[in-house]
Amino acid sequence: MADARGAGLRRAAASRIGLVLTVVALALASAIIMLPFIWMVSASLRTQGDIVSNPLTLIPAQVILDNFAEIFTRIPLGRRFLNTVIFAGSVTILSVLLDSAAGYALARFEFRGKNVIFVIIVITLMLPFQVTLVPIFQQLSDLHWINTYQGLIVPRAADAFGIFFMRQFFLSLPKDLEDAARVDGASEFRIWAQIMMPLALPAVLTIALFNLLGNWNDLLWPLILTTSTDMQTLSAGLALFKGQHVTEYGVLMAGSIIALLPMVVAFLMVQRRFVEGIATTGIK
Amino acid sequence: MTTTSPARTSRGSAIRRRTLLTPYVFLAPALGVLGFFVLWPMVRALFTSFTNSSIIGTSEFTGLANYERLFSDPAFGNALLNTLVYVVATTPVSILLALGLALLLNRRFAGRTFFRAVIFFPFVVSFGIISIAWSFILDPQVGLVIGWLQQLGIPTGNGLRDPAWAMPLVAFVGIWRNLGFYMVLFLAGLQSVPRELYEAAEIDGAGGWCRFRSITLPLISNTTMFVVIIATIFAFQAFDHIYVMTNGGPFFKTETLVMLIYRTGFENFQMGYAAAISWVLVVVVLALSLAQMAFFNRRAVRY
Repeated sequence: MADARGAGLRRAAASRIGLVLTVVALALASAIIMLPFIWMVSASLRTQGDIVSNPLTLIPAQVILDNFAEIFTRIPLGRRFLNTVIFAGSVTILSVLLDSAAGYALARFEFRGKNVIFVIIVITLMLPFQVTLVPIFQQLSDLHWINTYQGLIVPRAADAFGIFFMRQFFLSLPKDLEDAARVDGASEFRIWAQIMMPLALPAVLTIALFNLLGNWNDLLWPLILTTSTDMQTLSAGLALFKGQHVTEYGVLMAGSIIALLPMVVAFLMVQRRFVEGIATTGIK
Repeated sequence: MTTTSPARTSRGSAIRRRTLLTPYVFLAPALGVLGFFVLWPMVRALFTSFTNSSIIGTSEFTGLANYERLFSDPAFGNALLNTLVYVVATTPVSILLALGLALLLNRRFAGRTFFRAVIFFPFVVSFGIISIAWSFILDPQVGLVIGWLQQLGIPTGNGLRDPAWAMPLVAFVGIWRNLGFYMVLFLAGLQSVPRELYEAAEIDGAGGWCRFRSITLPLISNTTMFVVIIATIFAFQAFDHIYVMTNGGPFFKTETLVMLIYRTGFENFQMGYAAAISWVLVVVVLALSLAQMAFFNRRAVRY
């Protein structure tokens, strides 16, 4: 009896030590993971001289905000911000609609060619998109779509991953829902738009966030499709600015913070739901 | 459906016709985009790879010349080797770390949500932009991390500008970026393992490692397969941080296949040759994905 209690206490003590070690390990990992962000904020508030002469510290000798004003005079940051909003926003809205419509059809209808279409979509999912880099550039220059919003947006308006993800979600909904609506004489489009889409909201939000993040943050796509400074997005614009051997650390970091901030805020607002959402829907 | 036809037969056939066409109407926009901007370009890439196409001037059919050139091109051999080094250096480490973190964060304790969010955070921001910060932190002159490591007496050579250090540093940043995403995927897998199995094993006196080996690992094998394939594909596609941090240098030590495709196609404007390299990349990635799937399917435990 006493023995069993002793073992229980020992186990409780061991699990408490285990928990402390876990938290210490995670705190250390978190510090390493956050380091570039902390440095970014620190550098954006420091003078060039301060960064160069005290490279080993994260604490500014003197906090300045000049870098945030300076970046706007160096590159058309406002215009690029607008470009990025238009590009990432449009792609997100379009692909949510197109992907969920296609995923819905693949999950809820029987029709000729269904399996072939599904297999093609799965294969598309596995191919690296870089293979299309050269031909898509050729195709868009044939259409005179280089340096245009439609060139950036339309080719991205649907994606295999989104279709696949929505299909998996719609498969899991009970079938009698739309049968009842069909008996009531609702059109197929209305059943999709007013009954199925609201039910698919968690999956729709996941896809929307993936698209928003993926396109807001994308570098290679806007890099090859935009050559004029007025059409570049934030990522491409800042990467190119850095590539011109610019070593004004504070200015570049101020621009970077402005570029990252919207997605950071978006993530913080939905982070709980997002991380748990990926963990519980679809991807298994 | 607005018809109010009294005849049942015609009403029935209208419904049938409606449901016959409906799925295609739902599919058409998405398939149009995928067909015209993904599938057709892939076929076109194959055609282009048999020509000497460039942005300016006409293109001529040159047969297999581009593919023959690959074998004798030291830049291609170098890029292929660098890509393989990068894949081998990042994929296993990311997956093991992600699984370890997922196991730690699958337990219930205060702060769990916070740590999950922090570890996932790098996946949320623009990799190209945060790589600007990384390139400064790893700079031999003003780099914070390089400076700290030197203070500790750890040799780091010339940091990112050191031919021996560039690839390990780029690989480290690649791991840093995707770790959180793989962790979340593993968390999803871990949540699908029924709790009763652990309880039963504990009653039988199975230790932690034993429970992990004989319950957790087999039951998350589907997730593991998915993560391994995704991680490999991601590693083959690595571009953003390499472009920003080293641009393939120093001395082409970090020039991967995608970097080479970009340089060949969009800086040297040799579209035909770039398309040929792209197709090599596709074949390698596809072959590897299929091999991984076959491997996991053979070993998968079925219940």
